[in-house]
Amino acid sequence: TSAVMAVVCGRGLLAPLRGRLRAPLRSVTAAPAAPLYDVVVSGGGMVGSAMAAVLGHDIHFHDKKIALLEAGPRKEYDRVPDSYSNRVSSISPGSATLLSSFGAWDHVCSLRLKPFRRMQVWDACSEAMIVFEKDDLDDMGYIVENDVIMAALTKQLDAVADRVEVFYGSRAVGYTWPLPSHSCDTSPWVQIELADGRRLQTKLLIGADGHNSVVRKEAAIKNIEHRYDQSAVVATLHLSEATDNNVAWQRFLPTGPIALLPLSDTASSLVWSTSHEHASELLAMDEESFVDRINSAFWSNVNHSDFIDTAGAMFRSAISLLKPSGTAVRQLPPSVAKVDPESRAMFPLGMGHATEYVQHRVALIGDAAHRVHPLAGQGVNLGFGDIACLAHHLSAAAFNGSDLGSLKHLLKFETERQRHNVSLIAAIDVLKRLYSTRLAPLVLLRTWGLQATNALPPVKVRI
Amino acid sequence: SLLRFTAKRLFSTSHSSVDSKEMKKFQLLAHKWWDEEGEFSALHSMNDIRVPFIRDSLLNMTSNYHLGKPLSGVKILDVGCGGGLLSEPLGRLGASVTGIDPLEDNIRTADQHKSFDPVLAKRIQYKSSSLEEIVEESMETFDVIVASEVVEHVADLEMFIKCCSQVLKPEGSLFITTINKTQLSYVLGVVVAEKIIGIVPEGTHEWEKFVPPEELERLLESNGFSVKTVNGMLYNPLSGSWSWMESTSVNYAMHAVKSGAEGQSSPTDALPEVEGEQPSATAGTAV
Repeated sequence: TSAVMAVVCGRGLLAPLRGRLRAPLRSVTAAPAAPLYDVVVSGGGMVGSAMAAVLGHDIHFHDKKIALLEAGPRKEYDRVPDSYSNRVSSISPGSATLLSSFGAWDHVCSLRLKPFRRMQVWDACSEAMIVFEKDDLDDMGYIVENDVIMAALTKQLDAVADRVEVFYGSRAVGYTWPLPSHSCDTSPWVQIELADGRRLQTKLLIGADGHNSVVRKEAAIKNIEHRYDQSAVVATLHLSEATDNNVAWQRFLPTGPIALLPLSDTASSLVWSTSHEHASELLAMDEESFVDRINSAFWSNVNHSDFIDTAGAMFRSAISLLKPSGTAVRQLPPSVAKVDPESRAMFPLGMGHATEYVQHRVALIGDAAHRVHPLAGQGVNLGFGDIACLAHHLSAAAFNGSDLGSLKHLLKFETERQRHNVSLIAAIDVLKRLYSTRLAPLVLLRTWGLQATNALPPVKVRI
Repeated sequence: SLLRFTAKRLFSTSHSSVDSKEMKKFQLLAHKWWDEEGEFSALHSMNDIRVPFIRDSLLNMTSNYHLGKPLSGVKILDVGCGGGLLSEPLGRLGASVTGIDPLEDNIRTADQHKSFDPVLAKRIQYKSSSLEEIVEESMETFDVIVASEVVEHVADLEMFIKCCSQVLKPEGSLFITTINKTQLSYVLGVVVAEKIIGIVPEGTHEWEKFVPPEELERLLESNGFSVKTVNGMLYNPLSGSWSWMESTSVNYAMHAVKSGAEGQSSPTDALPEVEGEQPSATAGTAV
């Protein structure tokens, strides 16, 4: 009947009027359609590139079109340069497993990496320390230069070039979001505009564009963020004498943690988180003074107080009564002889956590979703963990013929990862604040806490 | 009794499996198909179990497939496709899908929705038609027929099944999901689903037309099909998701295979009651 027809034709009126939180939709009518991809990853850093590579190697994505947008130029090399890069990452065994699942880890191994077996973490204000070590002779983790990881990822992206199109030198400048249940004449896809005017469409946009994520901002996802009063100073250091160098060292100074990460038997990478002023000083001073400061930071006991030392010693003897093997001898890190010229650099630190990781047709991974202090060496590992989880859900969705941008499976990813990430991010933030003080009660607390944790195998294993 | 239920059944004047009263019910909702959280949300989430069911049943019957495009080369007829909720995932898995629905508005919605995806637009064809109307031009054309949440709406079930058999290739598969006719299905499927929680638009289902699996199985077997699988399905309104269950007392899914050549049936079947007209199976015949 005409009444029924009128109702049906008036579907514009009947379309659900949901509050639209996003930028107004530019109606995309019958202009020549921009190329449509199943997945577009925005951001070609370690996490974005790995995401694209994992999907490109997934059997259920064999039929799909993936694009990776990277603002910078293509980075690759077949042979490692003689000198080390000053940007390194601590790669967990879990991340190594992910990278080997699509063949990238083999490339990393053939380029350059340093496994480490032990981690010693101790306090500048007390004798307390904690040693992490695996009972079996497995590696605890690997120190790998970021450039090496990128080179390995680029190679594995090349291997699936028929499925994954990488756009170098392409910065995305605008995103247009579709309505969740689209009304009839507007495109249901995410529209992406590049700086050079090119346009793309995608069924799922993955934002891997770092802690200042444009995807996150454009999607109006609230971000809880906090700038630490700290910058990290990085440098490549040469040791006084060759050693096995399979220990990662980190000492908590009142100004911030200083870490020495092994690169080879004779070289280590420095990550020193400290105040902005101190960081600038460290960068400005001559190389000899710089090296002196590093050695002193690791070796000097000037921050100890008798009170704390006594209290710590008491606690330690108490523990050894209960658990004789619960205290280990504190080793001293290797001494540093010189620093690679030009390798000193600094960058500001902060923490961040997106309140949502996903929206209709959008997912955030890596630093775009969460940013942490380097003190726990977790940053990129959290990102790789995001990738493993998201890829798992997307693969299942693809094998079910689902719409890849559907919130149904995206929400599963968000729930799993937030559950995992939030407590870790909070813990890292607490640790950072706890160790930023000389106040006796807090030092005592963390001293005892560290000693107790060191003595208790179950807790240590979880870390 | 619990069932003080009077259903007015409109008898269709034409020899058709389409019930015009049923059509009217869906007319008003024609544009709401693709709202994943709207009136059809339960059908959207049913894809999570019915697509794997179809996919895996088909993959189990062949060894020649690629996991990237598991249904490539398979011709599927989606009867009562509505807005294309099931056609699209099957198309994404590589199948060539023909979706038919008697309601033009549904077909319009379905065509509209697939038009934005060039891959789907090519793989799926929609047609406003009843099953009978396509029989003549589609004899033994399809590898698979899916009739999901349809048979509880048709006027003449036996004719529907006969038509399915005609357009299906020998050894082709027929997948049906529907609702059992039990007290429980009345309570859950009509009272709770429609009137209390409202997860199904009110008036969608008439208990009188629900089909018990025993009857469906009998009709299938007596029309040249061999039933391979029957699985109960359960909807959880709190989570909005479906799962498989032992009991078929509410919803269920069935997979049946059309017999190989004229009058032969698969030697692996146990045929409970075979109607007299069918020539008896020849022992040891390969299908």
